[in-house]
Amino acid sequence: MGSTALSLNRRSPWELVRRFIFVFDRPLLIALGMILIISIATMYSAGLDFPGRFNGHLRNIGVALAVLWVAALLPPSVLMRAALPLYAVGIALLVAVALFGSTSKGATRWLDLGFTRIQPSEMIKITTPLMLAWYFDKREGALRWFDFLIAAALLIVPFGLIAKQPDLGTAILVLAAGAYVIFFAGLSWRLILGITVAGLAAMPLIWIKLHDYQRQRVLTLLDPTSDPLGKGFHIIQSTIAVGSGGLGGKGWTLGTQTHLEFIPERTTDFIMAVYAEEFGLYGVIILMLLYLAIIFRGLMIAGAAGTSFGRLLAGSITLSFFTYCFVNLGMVIGILPVVGVPLPWMSYGGTAMLTLGLSLGMLMSIHRHRSTLMPH
Amino acid sequence: MIDISKSESDLRRLRWRLVFAGVMVVLMFCIVLSRFVWLQVFRHDAFHAQAEDNRITVVPVAPARGLIYDRNGVMLAENVSAFTLELSPRQIVDLDKTIDELAQIIEIGQRERRRFKRLYDDSRNAEWLPLKTRLTDEEIALIAANRFRFDGVEVRARLFRNYPLGDTGAHVVGYIGRISPDEKRRLDEDGESSDYAGLNHMGKVGIELSYESTLRGETGFEEVEVSAGGRAVRSLSREAAQTGKNLTLSIDIRLQRLVQEWYGKRRGAMVAIDPATGEVLAFVSMPTFDPNHFIDGIDQQTWQSLNEDPDKPMLNRALRGTYPPGSTYKPFMALAVLQNGVRAPNTIISDPGYYMLGGHRFRDSNPNGHGAVDLRKSIAVSSDTYYYGAAYELGVDRIHDFMKPWGFGQLTGIDMPSETTGILPSSAWKMKRYKTRWLPGETPSVGIGQGYNAFTILQLAHATAILANGGKVLRPHIVKSIVDPIIGSHTPAVDAPEVTIALRPDYVALVKQSMVDVNRTGTGRVAFAGAEYIAAGKTGTAQVIGIKQNERYDARRIAERFRDHSLYMAFAPLDNPRIALALIVENGGFGAQAAAPIARKVFDYVLLGKLPKDTAEPFPARPELDESEMRDVPEPEPEPAASPAAGVTAPPAAPPAAPKAVAHSPPAAVKAGAAPTSSAARN
Repeated sequence: MGSTALSLNRRSPWELVRRFIFVFDRPLLIALGMILIISIATMYSAGLDFPGRFNGHLRNIGVALAVLWVAALLPPSVLMRAALPLYAVGIALLVAVALFGSTSKGATRWLDLGFTRIQPSEMIKITTPLMLAWYFDKREGALRWFDFLIAAALLIVPFGLIAKQPDLGTAILVLAAGAYVIFFAGLSWRLILGITVAGLAAMPLIWIKLHDYQRQRVLTLLDPTSDPLGKGFHIIQSTIAVGSGGLGGKGWTLGTQTHLEFIPERTTDFIMAVYAEEFGLYGVIILMLLYLAIIFRGLMIAGAAGTSFGRLLAGSITLSFFTYCFVNLGMVIGILPVVGVPLPWMSYGGTAMLTLGLSLGMLMSIHRHRSTLMPH
Repeated sequence: MIDISKSESDLRRLRWRLVFAGVMVVLMFCIVLSRFVWLQVFRHDAFHAQAEDNRITVVPVAPARGLIYDRNGVMLAENVSAFTLELSPRQIVDLDKTIDELAQIIEIGQRERRRFKRLYDDSRNAEWLPLKTRLTDEEIALIAANRFRFDGVEVRARLFRNYPLGDTGAHVVGYIGRISPDEKRRLDEDGESSDYAGLNHMGKVGIELSYESTLRGETGFEEVEVSAGGRAVRSLSREAAQTGKNLTLSIDIRLQRLVQEWYGKRRGAMVAIDPATGEVLAFVSMPTFDPNHFIDGIDQQTWQSLNEDPDKPMLNRALRGTYPPGSTYKPFMALAVLQNGVRAPNTIISDPGYYMLGGHRFRDSNPNGHGAVDLRKSIAVSSDTYYYGAAYELGVDRIHDFMKPWGFGQLTGIDMPSETTGILPSSAWKMKRYKTRWLPGETPSVGIGQGYNAFTILQLAHATAILANGGKVLRPHIVKSIVDPIIGSHTPAVDAPEVTIALRPDYVALVKQSMVDVNRTGTGRVAFAGAEYIAAGKTGTAQVIGIKQNERYDARRIAERFRDHSLYMAFAPLDNPRIALALIVENGGFGAQAAAPIARKVFDYVLLGKLPKDTAEPFPARPELDESEMRDVPEPEPEPAASPAAGVTAPPAAPPAAPKAVAHSPPAAVKAGAAPTSSAARN
């Protein structure tokens, strides 16, 4: 940080302003900009019968972009220093939820602070990979097998607490984010293979431990017609919407499934069904290419990062982003169970948008500081 | 301490893993994309069809049922738009609780609850069932304000069938009611259920049933776009429903009402026919009932009281009640005797007060006998002895063959459902029915209209009309014309094939003349004293044998119920008859006592427009509408203002000044409207 401050002092005022504002990574920004154009257009259509949805979406995007800008401005060293405290606070909040949390629909996920309710599991999605990246960075060059054990423990604690709420969707996303860090940190292929096999073997056991509604979601996926009016209805109507879109789509704001309210959650989890119905396969390909561009740029940033912390964090953030896209799309087209995972930058939702802005900003920051800041 | 070489290898490994991750990402995206391709390209047609199916629903548009008017344009069955409170049993968990809660908001009576319960038991699959009909504005407002508390509760605007005259002519007009599960099944089997799409009611009884397909109209269809919640969003295409056709009955409803009043509390039936056309002018069965109870399901209690009433108000006596005709049969027997050449008009027999056959004595109603009797006298004084012998000489089969074309014991073919045949005895009939031979000793009673004879009043009136016509048979009919509500075209309901019974005119004239004697000097002379026209008639008395006694024991009634039925058949005027009728007053005693006075009042009213002093005008004076006018006014208001009655006096093609001139003198117009109805309408 010190060297940056010094270098800024020697530049002209214009250069100073430019440096302060243009903290964005151009390829990421271009891909994001195009996604946001699609996002705004789709939300306009999906939100036609939802007063306030469209404006709310614009506001969320604005806030997310502001967060992105701030996160891109902060050098990674700040994040590094914050990793351990943030992680500790996150865990403490999860424990608090488990002890005093408020229950709704059979799940204890919220902490009532009197003036507002917060859902700590959302921030854990960021703080856990941050913590793991920090840990591996600290142990760089001297990694031993028990370091992985400690990392696993750091991951299992939040995972277990969130799974217990129960919120298996979020828990798995947290687990994935942490696992990506461990993977990039160099966990041996033999162990990865072993864990995979063990995981598959444990499937029946997990099945038994699942809650009824979770089992139902999986069963519904396998045969949507078994529950055509309940959860199956979502899958059936969503696939009808996608399929009826065809190659070129029905046209913007002309989707019948969308506007006759056949698509459930059409502004949030199932917004892809709206997009696919109105813009067709061509639209889907364009959007997926844009997502792919962000993911590839993220992987490149990870590869180019100057520090182990940057590499691991960037890799984890990127693959988490991919995971969100994959799980959401898989759900909309009926190949994955219905879990509440929003589609990045498309779905309506303030918290998710905020997290996305933060993570993309962190990516940009890592890239901007790839050579200027070497640890130790 | 940092091992640079280790770091280098770590970095290399990391980059390989990033490449690996990239490859995996592309792979997974390819899976997702291939699924999109599968859905959007290969399965597109199927999903497109499903989306359209989702989107479009065909909704039936119920037609408005045709209206029914009497011959003078008086509304008998109309459609009233009203708001109803309806419940959807499928959406309601606890029906009783919901009704209780609704009862706190608006008044829901016990009768409505009972009716709803019965309706619900009958049609469990129905989407919406009415709980309370004809809501007031205040009730609608109260429900609307509390609407949010209830699921499956709605206020709907519907067209209701209404019979504004209530029990007047109920047996003729009949009623519609909810389609029962049995009827639904029958419609499905006959492939007619699509005709009833969107309809909950169908004709059950009377003209409403026999002209069901005419009155019903044709269901239209509307293609609507619906949301996932089933809410219609917009209409895509619409094929309008075709309103049912209106009916103009030949019934003069004022006459009908008057006859009902003249019957009072007595039971019986009367049918009056215009012999020249076969049009039925009045078709009375007493007691009667209010058809409005039946439209949306009758409640259990009202149903029971109607059903268990010993007077059987639901029985259409004119159509389905069979009675021995008694002496009203004699004019027809007289013609049988003459036509068959068994006796000549001037053949004289001696009536000692009985007729002997094989040692059995058939008693005459007059124990002293009527002395020397020829044919003309036999009718005027109603000599049983004359006809005992005449019947025996004819034999039952010749009687049967003669009477059959007159419609005795046959269906008249009237346009009403469920007509009863009755019994016209013959030896073949007895063999078939009882598997025994006809005994000669059974024939004399047949000759005086007793024995096995069992006819409906409709058959007797029909035969009287044939006699008045001199043998010309015209099918009796209730519906005069079918009126298209849009183009106003009239279609005669029945184009009757004319059949004429071959009769010698002088025989017919003789029988008619002897029937005139009945009313001048014979049994009907008291009832017809001072009549200003020549009426031909015959009284009759039918013995009450084997009246069913499964009714509740009622001491006051029992005695009355064993009394004889009082019958009368007549037509008038003698030349060019305009009305022929037959009637019965159950347990009324002698025909001359109870039945003939009613016939006199009917004739006075129809032929002269006269009302008895103690009878009030049944309806407020209303203008008559001739047919050309009804075409312009397909749905006349029940009580149009008096002044437009101008049309009656002014011909349709009158110069424009004519209606104005009448409008200046409304009292004159009212008077014109009050003029006798039947005579004017039939011109």
